[in-house]
Amino acid sequence: MKVQKTQELALASQDDVVMVRQAVRMAAVEIGLSLVDQTKIVTAASELARNTVVHGGGGFARIEIIRDTARTGMRLTFEDRGPGIADLERAMKDGYSSAGGLGLGLGGAKRLSNEFAIESQPGEGTRVTITRWKG
Amino acid sequence: MDRIPILKLRDCLLVTIQVDMHDRLAMTLQDDLTEQIVSQRARGVLIDISALDVVDSFIGRMLSNIASMSRILDAETVVVGMQPSVAITLVELGLSLPGIRTALNVDRGMDLLSAGRRSEDAAV
Repeated sequence: MKVQKTQELALASQDDVVMVRQAVRMAAVEIGLSLVDQTKIVTAASELARNTVVHGGGGFARIEIIRDTARTGMRLTFEDRGPGIADLERAMKDGYSSAGGLGLGLGGAKRLSNEFAIESQPGEGTRVTITRWKG
Repeated sequence: MDRIPILKLRDCLLVTIQVDMHDRLAMTLQDDLTEQIVSQRARGVLIDISALDVVDSFIGRMLSNIASMSRILDAETVVVGMQPSVAITLVELGLSLPGIRTALNVDRGMDLLSAGRRSEDAAV
């Protein structure tokens, strides 16, 4: 797999969440995702970017346009150095929320993506990576 | 600070969301609307989201909150103009917006609100 383009955005405030949504939308348009797929990846990005700001105390988002042998896609990485998640399995469940939200963030982002990976160490931070392929 | 304008239309309030809202702006709208329902004695709230190309769980929760709060204040809420791609994404996200009435556009939303009141009047 080859990375064709990389963009990194800081995530410190709610306004940065809006910026990330817009940047993800632009990348999704650039690789030619359908409108529904654009909406899905932007919505997933919005959930994860908010997590980074609210739970992770800020961090960054990386937007990559990627290519493997037959297809183009985009990979989004959200990383923070916050408190981390002790019980990943529980955090992935719908309805579990530590901040009074709906608890749909992680599970919802996973359903809206083709590939989903999460790494977290208590006390060290959290990294979530999602991929959406075209077609 | 920026705010989303709230228009009065007969005895209803009309809100057209035209910007990509950050979370604070959504919370401000929620507060402004509940205040105006009381001060304008509104019986209905129409929220036009046709310009929104993303509704995530936060905005979804705000819409549900507005619907619940306005119901307690004796006003009905109708969310109108949702884009099809947004509807598809919301369901996949896991949000079905329980308790929210929806209509395809502002016209139909107004019809829904006035029909609701007519049947209420008839019952009295």
